[in-house]
Amino acid sequence: MTEHTYRLPGATGDWEVVMGLEIHAQVVSKAKLFSGAATAFGAAPNTQVSLVDAAMPGMLPVINEHVVEQAVKTGLGLNAKINTWSRFDRKNYFYPDLPQGYQISQFQFPIVGEGAIECERDDGSRFTVRIERLHLEQDAGKSIHDLDPNSTYVDLNRSGVALMEIVSKPDIRSPDEASAYVSKLRTILRYLGTCGGDMEKGQLRADVNVSVCKPGAYDKFRETGDFKHLGTRCEIKNVNSLRFIRQAIEYEAQRQIDLIEEGGKVDQETRLFDANTGVTRSMRSKEEAHDYRYFPDPDLLPLELQQDWIDQIRVNLPELPDEKRQRFVAQLGLSEYDASVLAADKDRAAYFEEVAEGHDAKLASNWVNNELYGRINKEGLTIADCPVTAAQLGRLVALIEDKTISGKIAKDVFEILWAEGGDPAKIVEERGLRQVTDTGAIEAVIDQLIADNPDQAASVKEKPKAMGWFVGQVMKAMQGKANPQAVNEILRKKLLG
Amino acid sequence: MSDLLKLSLDEVSTKLKAREVSATELAQEAFAACRAAQPKLNAFTAFDEARSMAMARAADDRIAKGEGGLLEGVPLAIKDLFAVEGIDTSASSNILKGFKPTYESTVTSKLWSEGAVFVAKTSMDEFAMGSSNETANTGPVVNPWRAKDSNESLTPGGSSGGSATAVAADLCFGATGTDTGGSIRQPAAFTGTVGVKGTYGRTSRWGVVAFASSLDHPGPFAKTVKDSAILLQAMSGHDPKDSTSLPNAVPDFVAACGGSVKGLKIGVPREYRVDGMPEEIDRAWQQGIDWLKAAGCEIVDISLPHTKYALPAYYIVAPAEASSNLARYDGMRYGNRVEGSDLNDTYEKTRGAGFGHEVQRRIMIGTYVLSAGYYDAYYLRAQKVRTRILQDFHDAFGKVDAILTPSAPSAAFALGAKSDDPIAMYLNDVFTVTANLAGVPAMSVPAGLDKSGLPLGLQVITRALDEETMFKVGAALEDSAGFTHKPEKWW
Repeated sequence: MTEHTYRLPGATGDWEVVMGLEIHAQVVSKAKLFSGAATAFGAAPNTQVSLVDAAMPGMLPVINEHVVEQAVKTGLGLNAKINTWSRFDRKNYFYPDLPQGYQISQFQFPIVGEGAIECERDDGSRFTVRIERLHLEQDAGKSIHDLDPNSTYVDLNRSGVALMEIVSKPDIRSPDEASAYVSKLRTILRYLGTCGGDMEKGQLRADVNVSVCKPGAYDKFRETGDFKHLGTRCEIKNVNSLRFIRQAIEYEAQRQIDLIEEGGKVDQETRLFDANTGVTRSMRSKEEAHDYRYFPDPDLLPLELQQDWIDQIRVNLPELPDEKRQRFVAQLGLSEYDASVLAADKDRAAYFEEVAEGHDAKLASNWVNNELYGRINKEGLTIADCPVTAAQLGRLVALIEDKTISGKIAKDVFEILWAEGGDPAKIVEERGLRQVTDTGAIEAVIDQLIADNPDQAASVKEKPKAMGWFVGQVMKAMQGKANPQAVNEILRKKLLG
Repeated sequence: MSDLLKLSLDEVSTKLKAREVSATELAQEAFAACRAAQPKLNAFTAFDEARSMAMARAADDRIAKGEGGLLEGVPLAIKDLFAVEGIDTSASSNILKGFKPTYESTVTSKLWSEGAVFVAKTSMDEFAMGSSNETANTGPVVNPWRAKDSNESLTPGGSSGGSATAVAADLCFGATGTDTGGSIRQPAAFTGTVGVKGTYGRTSRWGVVAFASSLDHPGPFAKTVKDSAILLQAMSGHDPKDSTSLPNAVPDFVAACGGSVKGLKIGVPREYRVDGMPEEIDRAWQQGIDWLKAAGCEIVDISLPHTKYALPAYYIVAPAEASSNLARYDGMRYGNRVEGSDLNDTYEKTRGAGFGHEVQRRIMIGTYVLSAGYYDAYYLRAQKVRTRILQDFHDAFGKVDAILTPSAPSAAFALGAKSDDPIAMYLNDVFTVTANLAGVPAMSVPAGLDKSGLPLGLQVITRALDEETMFKVGAALEDSAGFTHKPEKWW
């Protein structure tokens, strides 16, 4: 047991939770896995459907090489083994949004084998999640049940879109860790450009396997690899936000504990999470589970990859979040926390790097993490919609660095940039915001203030904190343009002498 | 009817090129002959006279300009398994009745681009499942051949019975078929025609309604070996739309037909001498051996030891693939639907009404052999048998250049004779399924008539990608057999 072990109290003592996640990640690709049809989100229903996607008679699948490359890239990003020989199988079942009557997937021989990624809990501590496998498969279409009381409509735009199913080992031990794992996976996928990661658009969906056990049992499982030490698991299907993942796990773990403690038994089953009620409910039991009759797809040859080709992809991999974080700390001198926050989002990291180019990295980091993201989050925007460009913010940082303006004035300039745009230096010039470092001018203002407020001035000697009032008054008189250090220095000299 | 339709494809091509006959005139004759024969032979499922005539006129225009392809102006019939744009393509099944594809199969596209003229779609066993053409939703096709002194209706074989009949009755100059377990070679043997399947992947499966993907081979029916070579030449070639299509260049099949067979080693597999095989089949086989020996071939006794497992393995693999391939016929997007009380009821009613009994039987067999707990015992084991059979051929072709066997274990039988006994029906494929399981080229060549005057065929099998040797040996057999018999016209 470590200090991070998540425990739930029960009548029979504490319980622990064990989770493995299956993530379905939509591959970034203009075309589908086995057809040339487009994949853009939000197109009118059934406008991105080829003859293959609609499973017309005599149609045949042809693998999209780009998608294979994306899967290999992802495997490499997950530090995983790339299988040079893999195979597509058919998973057979009937449903109106599955035109072929089978999903082409990789059951027995996936394209990517075991790997591992490092994740970060809310408290900043790190843990490793091992990856079991990654395989390619087709997405199904979408059944729409609420357009008509008597009919179901089917949109096949998504039918045949390439998905990567990424299966973790049962290494996840708390709701926080589950969320951290998905979040980290999403970051890696976005860095690689292999999945957009937008859970709202269904680009990333999670199936969460949850079981509970008594303290000590999990360690035995890890020692022996024998699942009998763990509890019976339930699979919660298709959870589509980080918040829901946490909620679903919390609910499901408690449900299982209550069930066992009341003398019941957890049945292996598939469950659905209802986001409105926060409850999971049974979808189908193990007995009702489909017999998918997997067999090798005879329309497709096994996928054989050349090691050279894989190596070439490896060489061209972009810098990944862990490497970036480490570089920010080691080379730019950022704190672990700041580096971690920046690296967690590819776009934020890229924005920061542009701002920091040639400037004080810590200052740049503060501006990006605090001012910029404070504003972006407040407005509910993303960095892509942000009206202030990295180049503009970089020039603003430069003005602070060379003491043209104070940090306080910089905030005003930032507001102007946000609202109206423009060049920071020009804004400072045109609006006369340049910092006054002329000590003579500051002294004149201070002398006048002391002359006007003799009692206040005298009180500072007993209560040095009262000097703050003078600082404020000087700044006010000088429209905030006075160099704060110079103001403080002169005031101290004159009032405390 | 003039004698034009009795000519071979090669002969009529020469006349077309020399403008002794026009494509339009030929198409009219072929079309009229098909129409006239339809009430008796029931070989066709769809016609489109306007299209046929338009294609013929276009061929005449090209010929007039001195242009034209390998099949310019030649009327061909197309098995109903091939998608022909805008024309009913139903695989002789009620579930697809009236389905008009918006696309053209690769094979038919290639035929049209060589100038061939569409004359009709031909009937077949439903979804190519059968050996007698009796499972077609439009009823059985009748073999133009009849036994001496008999009016009994015989099967043309199957599943490509309509195509075999169309060629045998001189209603066109060639036809497409598909061969999954013998569906070209067995009907060819039953109708005195030449039937060929090339190496697996030589002809594209794109746009061909799938039966068993790993076994389906599109190929031609023809009147002569050379004609079959011309047709396979036109049908073959790499197709990027079919992942199992061969990337290899297509050799000159036609040139191979005249080549000498002197010194070729011909294997005679002892396992093909099956129990209960009619003596006449054995005699025809021996005759073939003698002809090839006389032509300078060396005859070698060989063993294909896993032959006896081929048929059981085939009847696991083919239904398994079919059960999955036919899942798309669910009445949801195209084809015919029978509304039910809920989704499952709709599926059951649709598929219950849309598929005939044989198709349902094979879907059930296929579903069973792929089920959890049975997969290893059936499907996986069958795949292992398949590997052994491939190895058998590999070993044999280390010693011989071609293998000679009978095409079918009997001559054409009476319609209805085996339709209640699926196992007896499946035994028709005993000599042909091995070549499908191994993916090697094979053809059936008419060898002579049995005592009752019905045609018998001999099968030539060669190593993968070596269709040239197959055509060479086939042409030598044809030459020795001097088979010029035609069914006496009664239709």
